[in-house]
Amino acid sequence: MIGLEWYLGVSALLFVIGVLGVLTRKNAIVVFMCVELMLSAVNISLVAFSSYMGDVHGMILVFFVLCVAAAEACVGLAIVIAIYRNNITADISKINLLRW
Amino acid sequence: MAEYVWLIIAIPLAGFLINGLMGLSSESYRRQKSVIGWLATVAVFVPFLISLQIFLSMNAGSEATVVRLFTWIEAGDFTSEIAYRVDQLSILMALVVTGVGALIHLYSMGYMKNDEGYWKFFTYLNLFIFAMLNLVMANNLLLLFLGWEGVGVCSYLLIGFWYGDIKKSAAANKAFIYNRVGDFAFLIAMFLVFRTVGSLDFDVIFSNLDLFQGDLAFWVAVLMFIGATGKSAQIPLFVWLPDAMAGPTPVSALIHAATMVTSGIYLITRFSGLYMTSPEAMLLVAVIGGLTAIVAATIALTQHDIKKVLAYSTVSQLGFMFLALGSGGFVAAMFHVVTHAFFKACLFLGSGSVIHAMHHVEHELEHEGKDVHFDPQDMRNMGGLKEYMPSTYKTFLISTFAIAGIPFLSGFFSKDEILAYLFNAGLGEFGAIYFALWGLAVVTAFLTAFYMFRLTLTTFHGTFKLPTKFKGAENAAKYLHESPASMTIPLWVLAILAIFGGFMGVPEFFVSTFTGSESNVNWLYNWLSGVTTRAAIILPLGVKWILVAFAILVAVAATIIAYKKYDNDKGEETDAAIKQRFGGLYTTWEDKYKFDEAYEASIIRPGFKLSDRVLAVFDIKVVDGFVNAIGSIVQFFGSLLRFVQTGVIHTYAIAFVLGVILIIGLLIF
Repeated sequence: MIGLEWYLGVSALLFVIGVLGVLTRKNAIVVFMCVELMLSAVNISLVAFSSYMGDVHGMILVFFVLCVAAAEACVGLAIVIAIYRNNITADISKINLLRW
Repeated sequence: MAEYVWLIIAIPLAGFLINGLMGLSSESYRRQKSVIGWLATVAVFVPFLISLQIFLSMNAGSEATVVRLFTWIEAGDFTSEIAYRVDQLSILMALVVTGVGALIHLYSMGYMKNDEGYWKFFTYLNLFIFAMLNLVMANNLLLLFLGWEGVGVCSYLLIGFWYGDIKKSAAANKAFIYNRVGDFAFLIAMFLVFRTVGSLDFDVIFSNLDLFQGDLAFWVAVLMFIGATGKSAQIPLFVWLPDAMAGPTPVSALIHAATMVTSGIYLITRFSGLYMTSPEAMLLVAVIGGLTAIVAATIALTQHDIKKVLAYSTVSQLGFMFLALGSGGFVAAMFHVVTHAFFKACLFLGSGSVIHAMHHVEHELEHEGKDVHFDPQDMRNMGGLKEYMPSTYKTFLISTFAIAGIPFLSGFFSKDEILAYLFNAGLGEFGAIYFALWGLAVVTAFLTAFYMFRLTLTTFHGTFKLPTKFKGAENAAKYLHESPASMTIPLWVLAILAIFGGFMGVPEFFVSTFTGSESNVNWLYNWLSGVTTRAAIILPLGVKWILVAFAILVAVAATIIAYKKYDNDKGEETDAAIKQRFGGLYTTWEDKYKFDEAYEASIIRPGFKLSDRVLAVFDIKVVDGFVNAIGSIVQFFGSLLRFVQTGVIHTYAIAFVLGVILIIGLLIF
């Protein structure tokens, strides 16, 4: 039997990879994928806790998270496409109109 | 029957809403002039029939019926209901308002026929009737005040009906603002009443009248009276009424002669019990009334504008009514309100008919290609109209006889009653002043007959003067014509009322002297005796007859003198002769006693100066300075902090992550 800490370890690792990706990558789509990675990490920890505590609520919550994530991916990609059409770039460090 | 009273109020409101909303939303509805006009007229005529039914179901001894519809305002111990009071006084006023109102609606259908704002005009008129009925039928002071303000708004809207003309909209403003001064005093009177009896309901107030004693009674009475001077155009607030003639003539007839301006008299009559407890307040009412009567009558003598003469005449007659109130003749005042509504509405509508005709002449001349511009209201351009406008002439003449006090027409009885009360008051407290006021009233009565015949004779007798006065108007006479039936029918109805209206209040002694017994002929007195108090008449019979004879003498003398001086186109030379005779005095009259100039110099200009030199400076330097200082401080800090916003998403993300780490760190350690 694999212990809870292993699941949480994987979750933490995935989350940190996601955070670093968001912080360092410039391509909007990659940043976006990293955000999804962070969401998956949270989902893993939710499922792990749910199984550990014998409470199905956690698993149900994961389904909701997946749904929302799917919707969010839809909207997010649409925004990325819109930005790309306007700026001929998906490099987010170059999209900096909203500043002083 | 009385429970149907809500219909009297609701039907004009419905007329207002239908015409107003349909007219606002639909261009094509606005062109349905006969639909609009008839709807509005019926919306006043049906309430008249209902009032008549209620009136017929009552008798002089009927108890007041209060119809409570719903609670309007509830706050703490204060409640105010939408409740209407049906008693002898309110139903009498309702009959006058709806009766004269319906006739004037009918007249307006002819008079306003070619006006673009036809739908708006009738909407406002219905709203006015609604507000006026609220005023006279209300069972509490607050609802009365709603009507009071409502008629003020309608008066404003209708005076400024042709608002494209800056002078007319200024006149509307003037009327509204002068009324506001009076309303303020009226409000304070209401506060005092509420503080004293804890309610504004008429039932509660009237059953607690003994709580008003001494100074309190005096101040409540005086403050209410100040309110009345605003609405009923008395010194010092009367100056708005002559200017209010800028409105269409039916409006002048309905609002500024027959109904709205009498609401002050109604108010004081309603509170007659309160006024009787304060002789000083009564004296003040009488003095103001007397001064107003003579001042307005002398100004009327010098005016050339046909409507202005009638306007000053209205002010003067209102002064008469206040004289009656001040000397304890509350019934006499109401009597004069009713008869005045008949003959003055008829006079105004007659003048409207004349103006209508003169406008038509101007229009036709222009059509002919002749560029003739004249004032269609200036009676010096008229003359000889009786041949062209027989109905208008006859009705105008009848009403002139009535207002002059020629025996057995309505004005004779009501004016006589007022003079009798004044003389009677002369035998009581402050006798000398009341005798002086009686003298003033007699002089005013003389002047009234004189200037009214001056007006009638200059307008209708002699020869038509327009052709001789203006080049290009030589054949103007052929365009003169009588007004349509929708205008002459109301004239005739009102003229007939002006003839016979007086018989509702034939003085008791007229009959009892001859029959030797009590006869109960004074219907109006019996009718109102339950709802008003009045001073006791202590004049001996002989004196009463002498007063009547004297009043007849004065009226007839004035009529004959005016006839000699003004018939056959002698108008302008007579005016000049009078001017010569009275010199400086005449100039004062002509200048309207410089009331407007005095207000301009004492209130308006200092007010402007104060605003300009002190208040504006304070506003710009201090208030604006403070507000701007706050703005600049925020702007300064903003200019420093704005560099935090880099626009690069990574900066925000790092800040976010660091923040999360910080919070987790704080939570753990």
